[in-house]
Amino acid sequence: MNLEQARVEENRLLAADHRRMVLHAPAIAASAGAGQFVHLRAHDSFHPLLRRPLSVARCDRTAGTLVLIYRVLGEGTARLADRRPGDGIDVLGPLGRGFRLAPGLTPLLVAGGVGVAPLISLAEECVRMGRAVEVVAGARTASLLVGEADLRELGVECCSATDDGSRGYRGPVTGLLGGRLDGRALYAAGPAGMLRQVQQLAGATPAQLCIEAAMACGVGACRGCACRARGGGYRLVCTEGPVFDSHEVTYDG
Amino acid sequence: MADLAVNLAGIRLRNPVLAASGTFGYGREYAAVVPLDQIGGVITKGTSLEAWTGNPPPRTVETAAGMLNAIGLENPGLKHLVEADLPWLASQGATVVVNVVGRTVDEYVAVAEALDARPAVAGLELNVSCPNVDKGGMAFGVHPESAYALVRAVRKRTRLPLLVKLTPNVTDIVRIAEQVRDAGADGLSAVNTLVGMAIDIHCRRPVLGNATGGLSGPAIKPVALAAVWRLARVGLPILGGGGISFWQDAVEFLMAGATAVAVGTATFVRPRAMLEIAQGMEEYLKCQGIERITDLVGAANPGARTG
Repeated sequence: MNLEQARVEENRLLAADHRRMVLHAPAIAASAGAGQFVHLRAHDSFHPLLRRPLSVARCDRTAGTLVLIYRVLGEGTARLADRRPGDGIDVLGPLGRGFRLAPGLTPLLVAGGVGVAPLISLAEECVRMGRAVEVVAGARTASLLVGEADLRELGVECCSATDDGSRGYRGPVTGLLGGRLDGRALYAAGPAGMLRQVQQLAGATPAQLCIEAAMACGVGACRGCACRARGGGYRLVCTEGPVFDSHEVTYDG
Repeated sequence: MADLAVNLAGIRLRNPVLAASGTFGYGREYAAVVPLDQIGGVITKGTSLEAWTGNPPPRTVETAAGMLNAIGLENPGLKHLVEADLPWLASQGATVVVNVVGRTVDEYVAVAEALDARPAVAGLELNVSCPNVDKGGMAFGVHPESAYALVRAVRKRTRLPLLVKLTPNVTDIVRIAEQVRDAGADGLSAVNTLVGMAIDIHCRRPVLGNATGGLSGPAIKPVALAAVWRLARVGLPILGGGGISFWQDAVEFLMAGATAVAVGTATFVRPRAMLEIAQGMEEYLKCQGIERITDLVGAANPGARTG
C-alpha cells in the first residue's frame, strides 16, 4: 500500500457519464494486481469529504501508469471528472484482495456496465500470462459498452449484450452464459442484481464476484463497508474483497 | 527544538496527537503509511470480552462535511487483542490505549482487569458513548448514576490510567464528567460522535442499516470544541477530539483545555493527517517562540483547571 501524489495524464469522456482516467502513479502501478482498487481524494475541500474507491482497469508497470474507468454518479466522481491532464491527485493503493485465477479452467469474464473496469485488468493479466480468456459484457445500450476499446487493444474478443438490443444479444448479459460454463471459471463485476444472477447460474462452476461498496477508510480500519457473508456475519469489501468467492457472500437478508 | 511531549492522565505521549478509536483499527491497517512510533498513540478499536459481529450494512454514509457511521462495535474480542495485536503494536513502538466496551458492567470490568499490568498497554479508554449498540455503550454514558457505577467498578480493578470517553448526546456533559471524576477516572475523552441520520428519499427508508448513526468529521468540530471548553472546569486532563482535520484545529482544542487530541475521520481523508498535525503544531510553537506544547493547554480558557 502506497500513498502517492499521482499525475493525471488523461481524463476523457468515453460515453454519457463514463470516463477514462490515466494516472502516472509508479509506486502503485508497481504492485497493483487484477481486481484491486485505488482510493482517490477527488478534491481538497470538505464536501464531499471522503475518498472514492475505483477499480484499476489497466496497469502498465513499465510506464508506471494506471487506467481507471468510472461512471460519474455523484459529487465525488463529478469532482474527479473535473481533473485535467497535468493535475496532481492523491492516490492510496493498491488496495483489496483481487482476482485469483483458477488453474486449469478457462476464465470467462462477465461484465455489467462500468463493472467491466476490474475485468479489463483480469483480461490484461490473462494476456500477459498467455492464457485464453473469454469476455461477455452487458450495458443498457451500445454506447455504454465502455470497455470495448481497451479489450480490443488487448486483443481480447468480447461478446456483447444490451438492454435495448443496439449491440449483440438483447437482454441481460447473464443471458449469454447458458451452455458455456463447461471447463470455465466465472469472474464477474457489475450491479448487485447481475452478481446475484451470476451466483445463481454458476452452480458448480467456480465463480468470483467483484463487489462495490461505499467506503470510508478503504483499508479495513473503520469496518464500514461490510457485506453479508453466507452463513451469517459480515465480510469487509475493502480488505476481504472486493473480489469474493461466490460462496462467501450472500445477497439475501 | 519545541517539545511536543505530554503526560495525559499518566499516559506519556511523544506528541499530543492520537488515533481516535474506531478509525485506526489496531494500527496495522494504516501502518504502511503512518509510522506508529511517530504519532502520539493508537487508541484501539473498541474491544469487548468476546468478538462482536457489528451492525447490518449499510454502515456508513457521507453527509455535509462529515459522515455517519453505525458500525456497531464490530471487533475480534479481547483474546485477539492480547495475542495478536498488542505484541505487534509493541514491536512497532506504538503507545497503546485500549478502548474498552461491554454490554454489562461485568464485561467492562473483565476486559479492564485482563489488560491491567500488561506493559504493552499504556492506558484504557472506557467507551460509555457509542450510539450504535442496544446494550452498553452510550447507555452507560447518558445517566450520571450508571456512569459513576461503571467507572467505579472498573477503577477498582485496574491501575492503568483510565480515560472515560463521553457522549455529547446529553443535556449536561459536565454533570456526567463530574460523576466520572468522582468515581476515580484519571481523565476525560471528549467527544464521541453525535447521533444523526440520513434518509433515502427514493426508497423512503433510513440509509443506515441501524437507522441512526454517529456523526463525525469537520461538521462536529465546533460542538466538540465547546464540550472541551466546558469540561475543562471539571479538573481532569482531557483528550479532545471531534472533527479535527488540521493542526490549527488541534491547537484550538488545546487552548480550550485539552492536553492531547484524537484524530479520526481526517485519517480516512488524509491517511497522514496525524503526522501533518503534529508537524504543524511543532512549527507553530517555533514561530511563537513557545518551548513546550503544554504551555498552550487552556491558554484561551480562563475557567480551565486542566494541564
